[in-house]
Amino acid sequence: MAEQYPREDMVVVLGTPTAESSRLYALTVTEGDPSWAGALAGTPLGLPVYHVTEDAIKCQVSPEVYEEQVTLMEMVLDVADIADAVQAVRDSSAPAV
Amino acid sequence: MQQMTAQPVIRGVRFFLAHTPGLVRYGSKPSRDIDREPAVVDTLQAHLRGYADAVAYPPNQAFLGAIHPDTLGSLPTPWFRHTGCGERWAPHGEIMSEEEFYGWLKIADAFNLVSLEAGFAASIRPALAAHPLCTPADLEQLGTGVSQAELDARLAGDVPDLPIFLRDGSRIGCFHAAHEVDATLAADVLLENLACKTTAVLAMRTLLAQEHIDPLAIPYVLNSGEEAVGDRYQRGGGNLAKAVAEMSGCQAATGVDIKGFCCGPLHALAVAGGLVSARVFPHVVVVGGCALSKLGMKYRGHVQHDQPILEDVLAAVAILVSGDDGASPRLRLDSLGRHTVAAGPSQKAIFQQLVSEPLQRLGLGFGDIDKYATELHNPEVTEPAGSGNVPLLNYRVIAGLAAMRKEITPAQVPDFVAAHGMPGFSPTQGHIASAVPFLGHAVDGLRCGDLQRVLLLAKGSLFLGRMTQMADGVSLLLERNG
Repeated sequence: MAEQYPREDMVVVLGTPTAESSRLYALTVTEGDPSWAGALAGTPLGLPVYHVTEDAIKCQVSPEVYEEQVTLMEMVLDVADIADAVQAVRDSSAPAV
Repeated sequence: MQQMTAQPVIRGVRFFLAHTPGLVRYGSKPSRDIDREPAVVDTLQAHLRGYADAVAYPPNQAFLGAIHPDTLGSLPTPWFRHTGCGERWAPHGEIMSEEEFYGWLKIADAFNLVSLEAGFAASIRPALAAHPLCTPADLEQLGTGVSQAELDARLAGDVPDLPIFLRDGSRIGCFHAAHEVDATLAADVLLENLACKTTAVLAMRTLLAQEHIDPLAIPYVLNSGEEAVGDRYQRGGGNLAKAVAEMSGCQAATGVDIKGFCCGPLHALAVAGGLVSARVFPHVVVVGGCALSKLGMKYRGHVQHDQPILEDVLAAVAILVSGDDGASPRLRLDSLGRHTVAAGPSQKAIFQQLVSEPLQRLGLGFGDIDKYATELHNPEVTEPAGSGNVPLLNYRVIAGLAAMRKEITPAQVPDFVAAHGMPGFSPTQGHIASAVPFLGHAVDGLRCGDLQRVLLLAKGSLFLGRMTQMADGVSLLLERNG
Protein backbone atom coordinates (compact mmCIF):
# COMPACT_ATOMS: atom_id res chain seq x y z
CA MET A 1 0.00 0.00 0.00
CA ALA A 2 2.85 2.34 0.85
CA GLU A 3 4.19 1.83 -2.66
CA GLN A 4 0.77 2.10 -4.29
CA TYR A 5 -0.53 5.29 -2.66
CA PRO A 6 1.01 8.69 -1.86
CA ARG A 7 2.57 8.46 1.56
CA GLU A 8 1.43 11.96 2.47
CA ASP A 9 -2.14 10.61 2.29
CA MET A 10 -1.47 7.76 4.71
CA VAL A 11 -1.57 7.39 8.49
CA VAL A 12 -1.00 4.12 10.34
CA VAL A 13 -3.38 3.63 13.30
CA LEU A 14 -2.30 1.04 15.87
CA GLY A 15 -4.52 -0.96 18.21
CA THR A 16 -1.65 -2.64 20.05
CA PRO A 17 -2.08 -3.59 23.73
CA THR A 18 1.21 -2.50 25.31
CA ALA A 19 3.83 0.22 25.08
CA GLU A 20 6.43 -2.28 23.89
CA SER A 21 4.29 -3.78 21.14
CA SER A 22 3.24 -0.28 20.09
CA ARG A 23 6.89 0.75 19.87
CA LEU A 24 7.75 -2.33 17.77
CA TYR A 25 4.92 -1.81 15.29
CA ALA A 26 5.52 1.94 15.14
CA LEU A 27 9.18 1.28 14.36
CA THR A 28 8.17 -1.26 11.72
CA VAL A 29 6.20 1.31 9.71
CA THR A 30 8.73 4.09 10.17
CA GLU A 31 12.31 2.80 10.30
CA GLY A 32 11.66 -0.84 9.30
CA ASP A 33 10.99 -4.05 11.21
CA PRO A 34 13.34 -3.90 14.26
CA SER A 35 13.23 -7.69 14.66
CA TRP A 36 14.36 -8.16 11.05
CA ALA A 37 11.85 -11.01 10.85
CA GLY A 38 9.20 -9.75 8.46
CA ALA A 39 8.74 -8.25 5.02
CA LEU A 40 9.50 -4.73 6.25
CA ALA A 41 12.97 -5.57 7.59
CA GLY A 42 15.32 -2.85 6.34
CA THR A 43 12.45 -0.95 4.70
CA PRO A 44 12.04 2.53 6.19
CA LEU A 45 8.54 3.54 5.12
CA GLY A 46 8.58 6.71 7.22
CA LEU A 47 4.81 6.71 7.68
CA PRO A 48 3.10 8.80 10.34
CA VAL A 49 1.89 6.46 13.10
CA TYR A 50 -0.52 6.90 16.00
CA HIS A 51 -2.28 4.68 18.51
CA VAL A 52 -6.06 4.71 18.27
CA THR A 53 -6.30 5.98 21.86
CA GLU A 54 -4.15 9.07 21.18
CA ASP A 55 -6.10 12.33 21.14
CA ALA A 56 -5.04 13.09 17.55
CA ILE A 57 -7.03 10.06 16.39
CA LYS A 58 -9.70 9.92 19.09
CA CYS A 59 -10.98 13.42 18.31
CA GLN A 60 -11.60 12.40 14.69
CA VAL A 61 -13.72 9.33 15.50
CA SER A 62 -17.46 9.43 16.03
CA PRO A 63 -18.06 9.29 19.81
CA GLU A 64 -20.60 6.49 19.35
CA VAL A 65 -18.17 4.38 17.32
CA TYR A 66 -15.34 5.10 19.76
CA GLU A 67 -17.55 4.12 22.69
CA GLU A 68 -18.53 0.84 21.05
CA GLN A 69 -15.13 -0.14 19.70
CA VAL A 70 -12.44 1.38 21.91
CA THR A 71 -13.62 2.78 25.27
CA LEU A 72 -13.42 -0.49 27.16
CA MET A 73 -9.89 -1.18 25.98
CA GLU A 74 -8.91 2.44 26.68
CA MET A 75 -10.03 1.87 30.26
CA VAL A 76 -7.82 -1.19 30.75
CA LEU A 77 -4.70 -0.34 28.74
CA ASP A 78 -1.81 1.84 29.91
CA VAL A 79 -2.70 4.46 27.32
CA ALA A 80 -0.28 7.08 28.64
CA ASP A 81 2.68 4.69 28.29
CA ILE A 82 1.48 3.63 24.85
CA ALA A 83 1.14 7.25 23.72
CA ASP A 84 4.65 8.03 25.03
CA ALA A 85 6.11 5.03 23.18
CA VAL A 86 4.51 5.95 19.85
CA GLN A 87 5.37 9.63 20.30
CA ALA A 88 9.02 8.69 20.90
CA VAL A 89 9.09 6.75 17.63
CA ARG A 90 7.51 9.68 15.76
CA ASP A 91 10.07 12.04 17.29
CA SER A 92 13.02 9.86 16.35
CA SER A 93 11.98 8.63 12.93
CA ALA A 94 13.49 10.22 9.88
CA PRO A 95 11.13 11.95 7.46
CA ALA A 96 10.00 9.92 4.48
CA VAL A 97 12.39 10.05 1.55
CA MET B 1 -40.51 -42.45 34.58
CA GLN B 2 -36.85 -41.85 33.80
CA GLN B 3 -35.76 -38.27 34.15
CA MET B 4 -35.45 -36.86 30.66
CA THR B 5 -32.08 -35.17 31.00
CA ALA B 6 -28.95 -35.84 33.02
CA GLN B 7 -26.78 -33.22 34.71
CA PRO B 8 -23.31 -33.36 33.12
CA VAL B 9 -20.28 -33.03 35.39
CA ILE B 10 -16.54 -32.77 34.89
CA ARG B 11 -15.46 -35.96 36.56
CA GLY B 12 -11.77 -35.71 35.90
CA VAL B 13 -9.05 -33.83 34.04
CA ARG B 14 -5.47 -34.79 33.31
CA PHE B 15 -2.67 -33.12 31.43
CA PHE B 16 0.50 -34.24 29.72
CA LEU B 17 3.69 -32.36 28.92
CA ALA B 18 6.61 -33.59 26.85
CA HIS B 19 9.82 -31.60 27.04
CA THR B 20 11.04 -31.69 23.45
CA PRO B 21 13.90 -29.23 22.90
CA GLY B 22 15.14 -31.33 19.98
CA LEU B 23 11.88 -30.66 18.13
CA VAL B 24 11.98 -26.88 18.56
CA ARG B 25 13.73 -26.62 15.19
CA TYR B 26 10.57 -28.10 13.63
CA GLY B 27 8.27 -25.46 15.05
CA SER B 28 6.83 -23.37 12.24
CA LYS B 29 8.73 -20.17 13.00
CA PRO B 30 12.15 -21.74 13.66
CA SER B 31 11.91 -24.06 10.65
CA ARG B 32 11.11 -21.18 8.30
CA ASP B 33 14.01 -19.17 9.70
CA ILE B 34 16.38 -22.17 9.42
CA ASP B 35 15.41 -22.64 5.78
CA ARG B 36 16.43 -19.05 5.17
CA GLU B 37 19.47 -19.03 7.45
CA PRO B 38 20.84 -22.46 8.54
CA ALA B 39 22.96 -20.94 11.32
CA VAL B 40 19.73 -20.32 13.26
CA VAL B 41 20.05 -23.96 14.42
CA ASP B 42 23.14 -23.02 16.43
CA THR B 43 21.36 -20.03 17.97
CA LEU B 44 18.45 -22.25 18.95
CA GLN B 45 20.65 -24.93 20.42
CA ALA B 46 22.53 -22.41 22.56
CA HIS B 47 19.25 -21.35 24.18
CA LEU B 48 17.58 -24.72 24.78
CA ARG B 49 17.20 -25.72 28.41
CA GLY B 50 17.65 -29.14 29.96
CA TYR B 51 14.92 -31.50 31.18
CA ALA B 52 15.48 -30.82 34.89
CA ASP B 53 14.98 -27.08 34.33
CA ALA B 54 11.79 -27.69 32.36
CA VAL B 55 10.49 -29.93 35.15
CA ALA B 56 11.30 -27.35 37.83
CA TYR B 57 9.88 -24.44 35.81
CA PRO B 58 7.05 -23.05 37.99
CA PRO B 59 4.52 -22.50 35.15
CA ASN B 60 4.92 -26.16 34.14
CA GLN B 61 4.43 -27.19 37.76
CA ALA B 62 1.26 -25.07 37.86
CA PHE B 63 0.06 -26.63 34.59
CA LEU B 64 0.47 -30.09 36.10
CA GLY B 65 -1.16 -29.21 39.42
CA ALA B 66 1.89 -29.33 41.71
CA ILE B 67 1.36 -25.67 42.64
CA HIS B 68 -1.66 -23.40 42.31
CA PRO B 69 -1.39 -20.70 39.61
CA ASP B 70 -1.93 -18.00 42.25
CA THR B 71 1.35 -19.12 43.83
CA LEU B 72 3.20 -17.85 40.78
CA GLY B 73 2.33 -14.28 41.71
CA SER B 74 4.44 -14.50 44.86
CA LEU B 75 7.47 -16.15 43.23
CA PRO B 76 10.43 -13.97 42.22
CA THR B 77 10.73 -13.40 38.49
CA PRO B 78 11.95 -14.42 36.05
CA TRP B 79 10.43 -17.81 36.73
CA PHE B 80 12.93 -19.55 34.49
CA ARG B 81 15.60 -18.90 37.12
CA HIS B 82 13.83 -21.46 39.33
CA THR B 83 15.97 -24.36 38.24
CA GLY B 84 15.94 -26.31 41.46
CA CYS B 85 14.20 -29.57 42.02
CA GLY B 86 10.81 -30.40 40.60
CA GLU B 87 8.76 -33.55 40.34
CA ARG B 88 8.06 -35.28 37.04
CA TRP B 89 4.76 -36.63 38.36
CA ALA B 90 2.25 -34.11 39.66
CA PRO B 91 -1.42 -34.35 40.72
CA HIS B 92 -2.74 -33.50 37.25
CA GLY B 93 -0.20 -35.24 35.04
CA GLU B 94 3.45 -35.67 34.16
CA ILE B 95 6.22 -33.98 32.20
CA MET B 96 8.19 -36.49 30.13
CA SER B 97 11.73 -36.24 28.76
CA GLU B 98 12.35 -36.07 25.01
CA GLU B 99 14.10 -39.46 25.00
CA GLU B 100 11.03 -41.26 26.37
CA PHE B 101 8.68 -39.19 24.26
CA TYR B 102 10.42 -40.30 21.06
CA GLY B 103 9.80 -43.86 22.21
CA TRP B 104 6.10 -43.14 22.66
CA LEU B 105 6.05 -41.48 19.23
CA LYS B 106 7.22 -44.80 17.80
CA ILE B 107 4.72 -46.72 19.91
CA ALA B 108 1.86 -44.55 18.59
CA ASP B 109 3.06 -44.94 14.99
CA ALA B 110 0.61 -47.13 13.04
CA PHE B 111 2.26 -46.67 9.62
CA ASN B 112 5.99 -47.12 10.27
CA LEU B 113 6.60 -43.40 9.93
CA VAL B 114 9.23 -43.29 12.68
CA SER B 115 12.60 -45.01 12.59
CA LEU B 116 14.69 -44.92 15.75
CA GLU B 117 18.36 -45.79 15.78
CA ALA B 118 18.87 -49.24 17.35
CA GLY B 119 21.18 -48.09 20.16
CA PHE B 120 18.81 -45.29 21.08
CA ALA B 121 15.79 -47.60 21.04
CA ALA B 122 17.59 -50.00 23.37
CA SER B 123 18.63 -47.18 25.69
CA ILE B 124 15.08 -45.95 26.28
CA ARG B 125 13.44 -49.37 26.58
CA PRO B 126 14.01 -49.75 30.37
CA ALA B 127 12.48 -46.32 31.11
CA LEU B 128 9.48 -47.08 28.91
CA ALA B 129 9.05 -50.51 30.47
CA ALA B 130 8.96 -48.86 33.90
CA HIS B 131 6.33 -46.31 32.87
CA PRO B 132 2.99 -47.10 34.54
CA LEU B 133 1.04 -46.58 31.30
CA CYS B 134 3.28 -48.75 29.10
CA THR B 135 2.02 -52.22 28.21
CA PRO B 136 3.89 -55.22 26.78
CA ALA B 137 2.16 -54.54 23.46
CA ASP B 138 3.53 -50.99 23.54
CA LEU B 139 7.06 -52.29 24.05
CA GLU B 140 6.62 -54.65 21.14
CA GLN B 141 5.54 -51.72 19.00
CA LEU B 142 8.72 -49.86 20.02
CA GLY B 143 10.73 -52.50 18.16
CA THR B 144 14.48 -52.79 18.09
CA GLY B 145 15.31 -49.85 15.84
CA VAL B 146 17.42 -49.52 12.71
CA SER B 147 21.10 -48.96 11.96
CA GLN B 148 22.73 -45.56 11.40
CA ALA B 149 23.43 -46.72 7.84
CA GLU B 150 19.72 -47.27 7.24
CA LEU B 151 18.96 -43.82 8.64
CA ASP B 152 21.60 -42.37 6.30
CA ALA B 153 19.97 -44.13 3.35
CA ARG B 154 16.48 -42.94 4.23
CA LEU B 155 17.61 -39.35 4.69
CA ALA B 156 19.37 -39.44 1.34
CA GLY B 157 16.27 -40.72 -0.46
CA ASP B 158 14.24 -38.90 -3.11
CA VAL B 159 11.36 -38.15 -0.74
CA PRO B 160 12.66 -35.95 2.06
CA ASP B 161 12.60 -37.49 5.55
CA LEU B 162 13.13 -35.45 8.67
CA PRO B 163 16.05 -36.34 10.93
CA ILE B 164 15.07 -36.51 14.61
CA PHE B 165 17.50 -34.93 17.06
CA LEU B 166 17.99 -34.70 20.78
CA ARG B 167 18.60 -31.34 22.44
CA ASP B 168 22.37 -31.79 22.11
CA GLY B 169 22.08 -32.17 18.34
CA SER B 170 22.69 -35.91 18.16
CA ARG B 171 20.59 -37.70 15.55
CA ILE B 172 18.61 -40.60 16.96
CA GLY B 173 16.15 -41.37 14.19
CA CYS B 174 14.16 -40.05 11.31
CA PHE B 175 10.57 -39.40 10.33
CA HIS B 176 9.33 -40.54 6.94
CA ALA B 177 7.02 -38.92 4.45
CA ALA B 178 4.05 -41.11 3.51
CA HIS B 179 3.73 -39.98 -0.09
CA GLU B 180 6.08 -38.77 -2.81
CA VAL B 181 4.20 -35.60 -3.70
CA ASP B 182 1.23 -35.18 -1.33
CA ALA B 183 2.08 -32.16 0.85
CA THR B 184 -0.50 -33.21 3.44
CA LEU B 185 1.43 -36.45 3.99
CA ALA B 186 4.88 -34.83 4.07
CA ALA B 187 7.15 -35.76 6.95
CA ASP B 188 6.81 -32.45 8.79
CA VAL B 189 2.99 -32.54 8.63
CA LEU B 190 2.81 -36.15 9.77
CA LEU B 191 5.23 -35.44 12.61
CA GLU B 192 2.88 -32.72 13.86
CA ASN B 193 -0.12 -35.03 13.57
CA LEU B 194 1.55 -38.01 15.23
CA ALA B 195 2.86 -35.82 18.07
CA CYS B 196 -0.70 -34.54 18.56
CA LYS B 197 -2.04 -38.10 18.69
CA THR B 198 0.73 -39.32 21.02
CA THR B 199 0.36 -36.53 23.56
CA ALA B 200 -3.44 -36.83 23.54
CA VAL B 201 -3.16 -40.58 24.13
CA LEU B 202 -0.83 -40.08 27.09
CA ALA B 203 -3.19 -37.51 28.64
CA MET B 204 -6.16 -39.81 28.08
CA ARG B 205 -4.46 -42.93 29.39
CA THR B 206 -3.44 -40.99 32.50
CA LEU B 207 -7.00 -39.79 32.99
CA LEU B 208 -8.58 -43.22 32.64
CA ALA B 209 -5.99 -44.93 34.84
CA GLN B 210 -6.05 -42.38 37.64
CA GLU B 211 -9.82 -41.96 37.63
CA HIS B 212 -10.18 -45.78 37.63
CA ILE B 213 -12.33 -45.77 34.51
CA ASP B 214 -12.47 -48.93 32.43
CA PRO B 215 -11.52 -47.83 28.89
CA LEU B 216 -14.28 -50.10 27.62
CA ALA B 217 -16.82 -47.89 29.41
CA ILE B 218 -15.97 -44.92 27.16
CA PRO B 219 -18.36 -44.82 24.19
CA TYR B 220 -17.40 -41.51 22.59
CA VAL B 221 -14.32 -39.29 22.24
CA LEU B 222 -14.17 -35.72 20.98
CA ASN B 223 -10.80 -34.42 19.80
CA SER B 224 -10.47 -30.65 19.94
CA GLY B 225 -6.89 -30.31 18.67
CA GLU B 226 -6.10 -28.09 15.71
CA GLU B 227 -3.99 -30.44 13.63
CA ALA B 228 -5.30 -31.12 10.10
CA VAL B 229 -5.29 -34.91 9.69
CA GLY B 230 -6.09 -36.05 6.17
CA ASP B 231 -4.67 -36.37 2.68
CA ARG B 232 -4.74 -34.16 -0.38
CA TYR B 233 -8.34 -34.98 -1.22
CA GLN B 234 -9.60 -34.14 2.28
CA ARG B 235 -7.04 -31.96 3.98
CA GLY B 236 -8.01 -31.77 7.63
CA GLY B 237 -10.70 -34.43 7.20
CA GLY B 238 -9.92 -36.03 10.58
CA ASN B 239 -10.59 -38.16 12.66
CA LEU B 240 -7.90 -38.07 15.33
CA ALA B 241 -10.43 -38.78 18.08
CA LYS B 242 -10.83 -42.39 17.01
CA ALA B 243 -7.07 -42.86 16.67
CA VAL B 244 -6.69 -41.65 20.27
CA ALA B 245 -9.55 -43.89 21.43
CA GLU B 246 -7.97 -46.91 19.75
CA MET B 247 -4.63 -46.43 21.44
CA SER B 248 -6.26 -45.71 24.79
CA GLY B 249 -7.95 -49.09 24.84
CA CYS B 250 -11.43 -47.71 24.23
CA GLN B 251 -12.54 -50.60 22.05
CA ALA B 252 -16.24 -49.71 22.42
CA ALA B 253 -15.75 -46.09 21.37
CA THR B 254 -15.87 -44.01 18.29
CA GLY B 255 -15.58 -40.25 18.11
CA VAL B 256 -15.10 -37.16 16.03
CA ASP B 257 -13.00 -34.01 15.85
CA ILE B 258 -14.39 -30.62 16.83
CA LYS B 259 -12.30 -27.70 15.68
CA GLY B 260 -12.54 -24.04 16.54
CA PHE B 261 -9.00 -22.73 16.88
CA CYS B 262 -8.38 -21.81 20.54
CA CYS B 263 -12.00 -22.27 21.57
CA GLY B 264 -12.21 -25.81 20.16
CA PRO B 265 -11.94 -27.46 23.60
CA LEU B 266 -14.81 -25.39 25.05
CA HIS B 267 -17.01 -26.08 22.02
CA ALA B 268 -16.19 -29.77 22.51
CA LEU B 269 -16.99 -29.56 26.23
CA ALA B 270 -20.37 -28.02 25.42
CA VAL B 271 -21.13 -30.80 22.90
CA ALA B 272 -19.92 -33.46 25.35
CA GLY B 273 -22.16 -32.00 28.03
CA GLY B 274 -25.08 -32.03 25.62
CA LEU B 275 -24.53 -35.68 24.70
CA VAL B 276 -24.36 -36.66 28.38
CA SER B 277 -27.33 -34.46 29.28
CA ALA B 278 -29.43 -36.03 26.52
CA ARG B 279 -28.39 -39.48 27.78
CA VAL B 280 -26.92 -40.37 24.41
CA PHE B 281 -23.76 -41.46 26.24
CA PRO B 282 -22.97 -41.85 29.95
CA HIS B 283 -19.38 -40.67 29.41
CA VAL B 284 -17.64 -38.56 26.78
CA VAL B 285 -13.92 -37.82 26.81
CA VAL B 286 -12.72 -34.54 25.33
CA VAL B 287 -9.07 -34.62 24.31
CA GLY B 288 -6.72 -32.04 22.87
CA GLY B 289 -3.25 -33.04 21.74
CA CYS B 290 -0.27 -30.80 21.27
CA ALA B 291 0.53 -28.14 18.68
CA LEU B 292 4.09 -28.94 17.59
CA SER B 293 4.09 -26.08 15.10
CA LYS B 294 4.00 -23.64 18.03
CA LEU B 295 7.36 -24.79 19.42
CA GLY B 296 9.80 -21.88 19.45
CA MET B 297 7.15 -19.57 18.00
CA LYS B 298 8.55 -16.57 19.89
CA TYR B 299 12.15 -17.75 20.09
CA ARG B 300 13.51 -14.54 18.58
CA GLY B 301 12.26 -12.51 21.55
CA HIS B 302 13.72 -15.05 23.97
CA VAL B 303 17.10 -15.04 22.24
CA GLN B 304 17.08 -11.27 22.07
CA HIS B 305 16.54 -11.13 25.85
CA ASP B 306 19.13 -13.87 26.39
CA GLN B 307 16.67 -16.15 28.14
CA PRO B 308 16.00 -19.83 27.51
CA ILE B 309 13.61 -20.70 24.70
CA LEU B 310 10.57 -21.48 26.83
CA GLU B 311 8.32 -22.84 24.08
CA ASP B 312 9.99 -26.23 24.35
CA VAL B 313 7.13 -28.36 25.64
CA LEU B 314 4.25 -30.15 23.93
CA ALA B 315 1.01 -30.07 25.93
CA ALA B 316 -2.16 -32.13 25.93
CA VAL B 317 -5.36 -32.44 27.95
CA ALA B 318 -8.05 -35.06 28.50
CA ILE B 319 -11.37 -34.28 30.19
CA LEU B 320 -13.98 -36.79 31.31
CA VAL B 321 -17.57 -35.56 31.11
CA SER B 322 -20.06 -37.87 32.82
CA GLY B 323 -23.52 -37.93 34.34
CA ASP B 324 -24.01 -36.43 37.79
CA ASP B 325 -22.11 -38.31 40.50
CA GLY B 326 -23.17 -35.92 43.26
CA ALA B 327 -19.61 -34.69 43.85
CA SER B 328 -17.96 -33.48 40.65
CA PRO B 329 -18.44 -29.91 39.37
CA ARG B 330 -21.55 -29.36 37.32
CA LEU B 331 -21.22 -28.20 33.74
CA ARG B 332 -23.99 -25.61 33.46
CA LEU B 333 -25.17 -25.95 29.87
CA ASP B 334 -27.70 -23.17 30.48
CA SER B 335 -24.73 -20.83 30.98
CA LEU B 336 -23.33 -21.27 27.48
CA GLY B 337 -22.02 -17.95 26.18
CA ARG B 338 -21.57 -17.59 22.43
CA HIS B 339 -19.96 -14.90 20.34
CA THR B 340 -22.54 -14.76 17.57
CA VAL B 341 -22.10 -13.70 13.96
CA ALA B 342 -24.06 -10.52 14.58
CA ALA B 343 -22.08 -9.48 17.66
CA GLY B 344 -19.25 -7.68 15.89
CA PRO B 345 -15.52 -7.93 16.36
CA SER B 346 -14.78 -5.46 19.16
CA GLN B 347 -13.32 -6.76 22.42
CA LYS B 348 -16.27 -5.21 24.21
CA ALA B 349 -18.75 -7.15 22.08
CA ILE B 350 -16.88 -10.42 22.54
CA PHE B 351 -16.58 -10.11 26.30
CA GLN B 352 -20.16 -8.95 26.66
CA GLN B 353 -21.36 -12.08 24.94
CA LEU B 354 -19.00 -14.41 26.79
CA VAL B 355 -19.28 -12.87 30.25
CA SER B 356 -21.89 -10.13 30.79
CA GLU B 357 -24.76 -11.77 28.92
CA PRO B 358 -24.46 -15.27 30.46
CA LEU B 359 -24.08 -13.82 33.96
CA GLN B 360 -27.15 -11.63 33.46
CA ARG B 361 -29.10 -14.62 32.13
CA LEU B 362 -28.21 -16.63 35.24
CA GLY B 363 -28.90 -13.75 37.63
CA LEU B 364 -25.26 -13.57 38.72
CA GLY B 365 -22.93 -10.65 39.24
CA PHE B 366 -19.30 -10.47 38.13
CA GLY B 367 -18.18 -11.02 41.71
CA ASP B 368 -20.19 -14.25 41.98
CA ILE B 369 -17.58 -15.94 39.80
CA ASP B 370 -14.67 -16.96 42.01
CA LYS B 371 -12.24 -17.45 39.14
CA TYR B 372 -12.34 -16.61 35.46
CA ALA B 373 -10.32 -19.03 33.34
CA THR B 374 -9.47 -17.26 30.11
CA GLU B 375 -6.46 -17.26 27.78
CA LEU B 376 -3.78 -18.33 30.22
CA HIS B 377 -0.64 -17.90 28.14
CA ASN B 378 2.53 -17.67 30.19
CA PRO B 379 3.61 -13.98 30.04
CA GLU B 380 7.24 -14.97 30.32
CA VAL B 381 6.82 -16.48 26.85
CA THR B 382 4.86 -13.66 25.25
CA GLU B 383 6.25 -10.46 26.77
CA PRO B 384 9.81 -10.72 25.42
CA ALA B 385 8.31 -10.99 21.94
CA GLY B 386 6.21 -7.85 22.39
CA SER B 387 2.91 -9.72 22.66
CA GLY B 388 2.12 -8.43 26.13
CA ASN B 389 0.59 -10.17 29.13
CA VAL B 390 -2.46 -11.79 27.53
CA PRO B 391 -4.27 -13.05 30.65
CA LEU B 392 -3.72 -9.81 32.54
CA LEU B 393 -5.24 -7.84 29.67
CA ASN B 394 -8.23 -10.19 29.57
CA TYR B 395 -8.77 -9.86 33.31
CA ARG B 396 -8.62 -6.08 33.06
CA VAL B 397 -11.26 -6.20 30.33
CA ILE B 398 -13.53 -8.35 32.49
CA ALA B 399 -12.99 -5.99 35.42
CA GLY B 400 -13.64 -3.05 33.09
CA LEU B 401 -16.98 -4.58 32.13
CA ALA B 402 -17.80 -5.00 35.81
CA ALA B 403 -16.96 -1.32 36.30
CA MET B 404 -19.13 -0.30 33.35
CA ARG B 405 -21.97 -2.24 34.98
CA LYS B 406 -21.27 -0.32 38.22
CA GLU B 407 -20.62 -3.56 40.11
CA ILE B 408 -17.19 -2.25 41.06
CA THR B 409 -15.58 1.18 40.84
CA PRO B 410 -12.73 1.83 38.40
CA ALA B 411 -10.43 2.08 41.40
CA GLN B 412 -11.33 -1.50 42.34
CA VAL B 413 -10.23 -2.93 39.00
CA PRO B 414 -6.75 -4.06 40.23
CA ASP B 415 -8.24 -5.79 43.29
CA PHE B 416 -10.85 -7.52 41.12
CA VAL B 417 -8.13 -8.73 38.75
CA ALA B 418 -6.06 -10.06 41.66
CA ALA B 419 -8.98 -11.85 43.29
CA HIS B 420 -10.79 -13.27 40.26
CA GLY B 421 -7.91 -13.73 37.84
CA MET B 422 -4.58 -15.51 37.99
CA PRO B 423 -1.11 -15.24 36.45
CA GLY B 424 -0.76 -16.91 33.07
CA PHE B 425 1.07 -20.24 33.21
CA SER B 426 0.13 -22.20 30.11
CA PRO B 427 2.46 -23.21 27.31
CA THR B 428 1.47 -21.35 24.13
CA GLN B 429 0.13 -24.55 22.61
CA GLY B 430 -2.74 -23.20 20.53
CA HIS B 431 -6.08 -24.57 21.71
CA ILE B 432 -4.54 -25.86 24.95
CA ALA B 433 -3.82 -22.42 26.39
CA SER B 434 -7.39 -21.12 26.64
CA ALA B 435 -9.39 -21.84 29.81
CA VAL B 436 -8.67 -25.58 30.02
CA PRO B 437 -5.26 -25.26 31.76
CA PHE B 438 -7.14 -24.18 34.90
CA LEU B 439 -9.62 -27.07 34.73
CA GLY B 440 -7.65 -29.34 37.04
CA HIS B 441 -7.41 -26.65 39.69
CA ALA B 442 -11.07 -25.76 39.10
CA VAL B 443 -12.21 -29.34 39.65
CA ASP B 444 -10.11 -29.59 42.83
CA GLY B 445 -11.36 -26.26 44.16
CA LEU B 446 -15.00 -26.91 43.32
CA ARG B 447 -14.93 -30.43 44.69
CA CYS B 448 -13.17 -29.87 47.98
CA GLY B 449 -11.73 -26.37 48.04
CA ASP B 450 -13.27 -22.96 48.49
CA LEU B 451 -14.51 -22.35 44.94
CA GLN B 452 -18.21 -22.09 44.14
CA ARG B 453 -18.19 -21.05 40.48
CA VAL B 454 -15.59 -20.88 37.72
CA LEU B 455 -16.27 -19.34 34.31
CA LEU B 456 -14.34 -20.83 31.41
CA LEU B 457 -13.98 -18.62 28.35
CA ALA B 458 -12.01 -18.92 25.14
CA LYS B 459 -11.65 -17.00 21.92
CA GLY B 460 -10.64 -18.31 18.52
CA SER B 461 -8.88 -16.41 15.72
CA LEU B 462 -10.94 -17.75 12.84
CA PHE B 463 -9.66 -15.01 10.53
CA LEU B 464 -6.27 -16.73 10.39
CA GLY B 465 -7.78 -19.31 8.00
CA ARG B 466 -8.82 -16.54 5.55
CA MET B 467 -12.42 -17.74 5.24
CA THR B 468 -13.97 -15.03 7.39
CA GLN B 469 -12.84 -11.83 9.05
CA MET B 470 -14.53 -12.97 12.26
CA ALA B 471 -13.22 -14.27 15.54
CA ASP B 472 -15.19 -16.68 17.70
CA GLY B 473 -15.71 -17.20 21.39
CA VAL B 474 -17.52 -19.45 23.81
CA SER B 475 -17.91 -19.64 27.58
CA LEU B 476 -19.20 -22.17 30.12
CA LEU B 477 -19.85 -22.09 33.85
CA LEU B 478 -18.64 -24.76 36.24
CA GLU B 479 -20.43 -24.92 39.58
CA ARG B 480 -19.91 -26.76 42.84
CA ASN B 481 -22.10 -29.83 43.15
CA GLY B 482 -24.64 -30.21 45.96
